[in-house]
Amino acid sequence: MDSLDPLVLSRVQFGVTIGFHILFPSLTIGLAGWLAILEVRWLRTSDALVERLLRLWTKVFAVAFGMGVVSGIVLSYEFGTNWSAFSQRAGNVLGPLLSYEVLTAFFLEASFLGIMLFGWSRVPRAMHCFATSAVAIGTVISAFWILAANSWMQTPSGYRVQDGVFMPVDWFAIVFNPSFPYRFAHMVTAAYLTAGFVVAGVGAWHVLRQRCIAEGRAMLAAALPLIAILAPLQILIGDQHGLEVRDHQPAKLAAIEAHWKSGGPMKLVLSAWPDMAAAQNRAELAVPSLGSLILTHSWDGPVAGLDAFPRADWPNVPVVFWSFRIMVGIGFAMLFLGAAGAILWWRGRLFDSRWYLRLMALATPAGFIAVLAGWVTAEVGRQPWLIQGLMRTSEGVSPVPGGSVAFSLALFVTVYGVIFGAGVYYVVRLLRDGPAVPIRSVGE
Amino acid sequence: MDHALPVICAAIMAVSIIMYVVMDGFDLGIGILFRFAPDDRARDTMMAAVAPVWDGNETWLVLGGTVLFAAFPTAYSVLLPALYLPLVVMLVALIFRGVAFEFRARATTGRRWWDRAFFAGSTTATVAQGIVLGAFIQGVDTDDAAFAGGSFDWLAPFALFCGIALAAGYALLGATWMVMKTEGTLQAWSRRRAVGSLAAVMVAVAVVSLWTPLAHPAIAQRWFAWPNILWLSPVPMVTALAAAGLLRALRRGDEGTPFVLAVALFLLSYLGLAISLFPAIVPPEITIWAAASAPSSQRFLLWGIGIALPVIFAYTAYSYRVFRGKASADDAYH
Repeated sequence: MDSLDPLVLSRVQFGVTIGFHILFPSLTIGLAGWLAILEVRWLRTSDALVERLLRLWTKVFAVAFGMGVVSGIVLSYEFGTNWSAFSQRAGNVLGPLLSYEVLTAFFLEASFLGIMLFGWSRVPRAMHCFATSAVAIGTVISAFWILAANSWMQTPSGYRVQDGVFMPVDWFAIVFNPSFPYRFAHMVTAAYLTAGFVVAGVGAWHVLRQRCIAEGRAMLAAALPLIAILAPLQILIGDQHGLEVRDHQPAKLAAIEAHWKSGGPMKLVLSAWPDMAAAQNRAELAVPSLGSLILTHSWDGPVAGLDAFPRADWPNVPVVFWSFRIMVGIGFAMLFLGAAGAILWWRGRLFDSRWYLRLMALATPAGFIAVLAGWVTAEVGRQPWLIQGLMRTSEGVSPVPGGSVAFSLALFVTVYGVIFGAGVYYVVRLLRDGPAVPIRSVGE
Repeated sequence: MDHALPVICAAIMAVSIIMYVVMDGFDLGIGILFRFAPDDRARDTMMAAVAPVWDGNETWLVLGGTVLFAAFPTAYSVLLPALYLPLVVMLVALIFRGVAFEFRARATTGRRWWDRAFFAGSTTATVAQGIVLGAFIQGVDTDDAAFAGGSFDWLAPFALFCGIALAAGYALLGATWMVMKTEGTLQAWSRRRAVGSLAAVMVAVAVVSLWTPLAHPAIAQRWFAWPNILWLSPVPMVTALAAAGLLRALRRGDEGTPFVLAVALFLLSYLGLAISLFPAIVPPEITIWAAASAPSSQRFLLWGIGIALPVIFAYTAYSYRVFRGKASADDAYH
């Protein structure tokens, strides 16, 4: 037997490379938006504090964005290197979507990034503000197309099949496929929350350390309203997204809830070890009828369980069950932190509540973990399908031997480890010394 | 119209590739020369000469990849597995090259490591791209429109030679870009590097021009059969003229002309390749028509390209205008 299975290795490699990549846009989408807002404020007020924040966070943005760019290029080639059978059959539909991402987003971001980073003294301030805004808009356009492509794989529409190849019939239906609006809203909100928690966490850290207190307070003041509004909104979007999954990917939903037997009333399993072999939960902690209430908005509405699907079509239940709970748990923690922060601020005690500042500093990476967990839920939950209901993951792999994939996987893991370590180190150092260090002002 | 669509898409593809080769070519070339820079200040200036534009330049590589995916999914799904190892090495090398811009600016004690990463990443990526090109010309084993060869089919003397040849070519682009963007001793240094690279490039062009027709009778037929030889003979002649003009411009002390002529050399060599291979998109067998995606996919793609590409050219030109003039070591960091 061949112990190096190219299918397994290619899946691990895609998971590692996309999981690594997704960290950077998760931060830069929201950060670019905040930088654009900061720059508009600076344009209007010429406030020195705003300028210091702008300069510092632009540097952080540059490091994160650079890592996002180089790790993203890998993905645009990996469809072909590792998933050529999939590319052959789905290229008609997905190829143009990825091309549109490059044409409408990547060039915009890349060209104006140069001006954003190196153009401070070369273009008028209004033009620089335009460049920052163009980058911010570019990041959202990029998310639009790549999530349209991903959503089409989850809920394909607007196509017909001819000799096993997917042919486009209706481009509007392809782009605005059933899960796309929910996934797009969910992901962009997640990215803004991720950036919000990074900015708020760093601000709390500075206030706690009694260094750069004015800057730290300004970061908290900028991020908290965003968190207080977006955290509850994200839970609403997530709920709607869940109802969409119930309708279009019922097996994924059943795995998320570890719901084995169809019917109602459905309990809500809070914690359990889902045992796939026995098709039941071990050490289960559940609330009766709450599952039906959430998913059907009635006390005893029936929900399809895993028994409605052949075992060969089940995703890995424990992985999906737990990744979903990690994501939702963080979501509710965000809701609490946003609400508590708003109340403390209203009472004028935000900057003196050390317990709260400590919690916020601890929550700095919360968004990244939630995004990764949510992504695992979405992608592992789609298995064993590559294109839901139409093409299995095992059918998509390239005719490349396992040895080659093992080599590339080892290379990516090593290189990403080094790059990630260095990137985090430089960003932490920038933020630690950041606003206290005098910065050249424009024109000097 | 449906017969013309693949030709238009192939032309767009060709433009993306040559835009990439020329624009990231000078970035990567500067990376190759980086190792030999006289001092730290020169290295800062070299970085500053490309730092604001490299990201946009590299985006053409992504456009090339995704347009191949969209317009010729069969070629995409045959070529990428066939070239798996050199492509993976290229992607990893581009990672090191790319992060070196920011990391080098942030590093203190570790800077020389990112200097090395910048050089090694640029050089490895270039050689890997040359190998990909050489392996592409050599041709790929296919069976029923799927890759049917082995992991190391690309590993042949011709492909390896192309790897080295492309390194010389990018070094020439990088050196002539530096002649335009620097002054004083660094400019004189760049001029010498340009002359050396030019000599290597001309040897490489000559070798590839003889090697391909000798190894592939169909290519020989295309160039030397009557009356093709009449139409095609200007290509090598103009190439020789461009090389002579480039050498003269370097000696005379021109600042902008050498880069323009180096680009012309690339365009001519590229034209030569296109003449040799058209209409194959997976040499030797799969043509652009056989590999084409659905007409509705190509049409949707062309709408996007038709609208977006002029805008991209406009703001790319604006960005280059903002950063025109001599590069300064002080601009290496933001």
